[in-house]
Amino acid sequence: MDSTFIIEKSVVIVVVFAVTMIMAMYSTWAERKVAAYLQDRVGPNRAGWGGLLQPLADGMKLFSKEEFFPNTPNKFLFVVGPAIAMSTALMTSAVIPWGDKLHLFGRDILLQATDINIGLLYFFGVVSVGVYGIMIGGWASNNKFSLMGAVRAASQMVSYEIAMGLSMIALLMMTGSLSLREISLQQAGMNWNVFYQPLSFLIFLICAFAETNRTPFDLAECETELVGGYHTEYSSMKMGFYLFAEYANMFISATIISVLFFGGYNYPGMQWMVENVGVNPANVLGMAVLFAKICFFIFFYMWVRWTIPRFRYDQLMHLGWKILIPLSIINIMITGIVMLRNEIGVFLGF
Amino acid sequence: MIHIPDFANANAIQITFCILAFITVITAFLTIFSRNPIHSAIYLVICFFSIAGHYLLLNAQFLAIVHVIVYSGAIMILFLFTIMLMNLNEKHEVHKPRITRLGAIVSFCLICIVLIAIFINSKPIVGEYDSTGEDFQSIKVLGKILLNEYMVPFEFASILLLVAMIGTVLLSKKEKLKK
Repeated sequence: MDSTFIIEKSVVIVVVFAVTMIMAMYSTWAERKVAAYLQDRVGPNRAGWGGLLQPLADGMKLFSKEEFFPNTPNKFLFVVGPAIAMSTALMTSAVIPWGDKLHLFGRDILLQATDINIGLLYFFGVVSVGVYGIMIGGWASNNKFSLMGAVRAASQMVSYEIAMGLSMIALLMMTGSLSLREISLQQAGMNWNVFYQPLSFLIFLICAFAETNRTPFDLAECETELVGGYHTEYSSMKMGFYLFAEYANMFISATIISVLFFGGYNYPGMQWMVENVGVNPANVLGMAVLFAKICFFIFFYMWVRWTIPRFRYDQLMHLGWKILIPLSIINIMITGIVMLRNEIGVFLGF
Repeated sequence: MIHIPDFANANAIQITFCILAFITVITAFLTIFSRNPIHSAIYLVICFFSIAGHYLLLNAQFLAIVHVIVYSGAIMILFLFTIMLMNLNEKHEVHKPRITRLGAIVSFCLICIVLIAIFINSKPIVGEYDSTGEDFQSIKVLGKILLNEYMVPFEFASILLLVAMIGTVLLSKKEKLKK
């Protein structure tokens, strides 16, 4: 392994990390602006132009707050909870292809931290581990409301993971690869998976809402019943980490949706751009296109949050177990039948 | 034959293996010895993660990630769930009679003997796979082998899981009917 390779990968990783943090930061600003717009208000407009410095002011405020510890026998786990939530929220970005490649300093630079051939499974692994941050934090708070919030969040995430995984299987049957880069490459030239797997996309989108604990599935932090959910006892930056992790998760799931179903960095005419204008401009435009798609989905999350009221908990479980899981199994069967239509035709004697 | 590692000339993989093995063993013991059931469960999760690390050292990416998803991501979360909801702690622990403890020790020793016998007699088959030039960790190869050579055991395993699932549903329904 030569040193240029290590430098190249380090730069990619640091840039991806910084971009994820900035996106998560400005998602909080965007959330308040979108909420204000939908409710016919002005929103934050004091710090900076249009309130653009508001996230920094919020961060400063959180840092300078008193660090409060509840009366708990598990101080260590109390600190570990938000740490796990934050690190799992940032880990997924390692396998996402942000663009095809750049040609710089006489070498091709892959715009991806690592291209492992089980990228999608890695994403599921990280998502399933993310539940620990909430569960451990909620339990270590030594507070009934926190525990109830944590149990709600965890059971909801575990239930929707199943439907999410099953909806992915139909997509995998079509692409035949778990590598996110491979899936992106297959969607070149408007061959977006959403046109071939609309049902799979719909199930994945609903499950992504449930996985990130966003409205209409934000029962984990239902103020009227649970004070504040699993982070009731948290203050200062530990609280900030939980909130920040939620926005980072939102950014990552918007990215995964764009990469899996909406062509990732592909745009119509990318091949023409590569041939006539050059590799670098074509791929920079590709990255911009990917971020436009991501921003749209983040906006979509916010749009839904400020439009739809939250479900009741039994409705949530009913939707997850009795509607989405059977629906995704039917989707798998339909995909299988369509893929094997020629063989089935021969078998039936057509 | 007991292989004593040469620490002076160890390469990166051997050092990683030693660290991982240390974490695995320590957390496995802590799982048994810690008094608080939640701490036990968390040590077990760390243990599972280090085992996933061992799989990665053997270049089995798929196995490692599935191990994380299934054991750490699903089974241990349900475990933690049960412990948290039932609020188990040291006070609720039932004092077990001496004969049960004795039985546990004897059966543990027997299992140890069986495991040692297996490890002594098993041949290292990892080496033979290298020569074929096929990527044995890829899911394509794994799927082909599971659904061609080991089709019957694979299907039996799924039937076993289905039966277990139906059994649990039945048990939980029965309790409701009695009330």
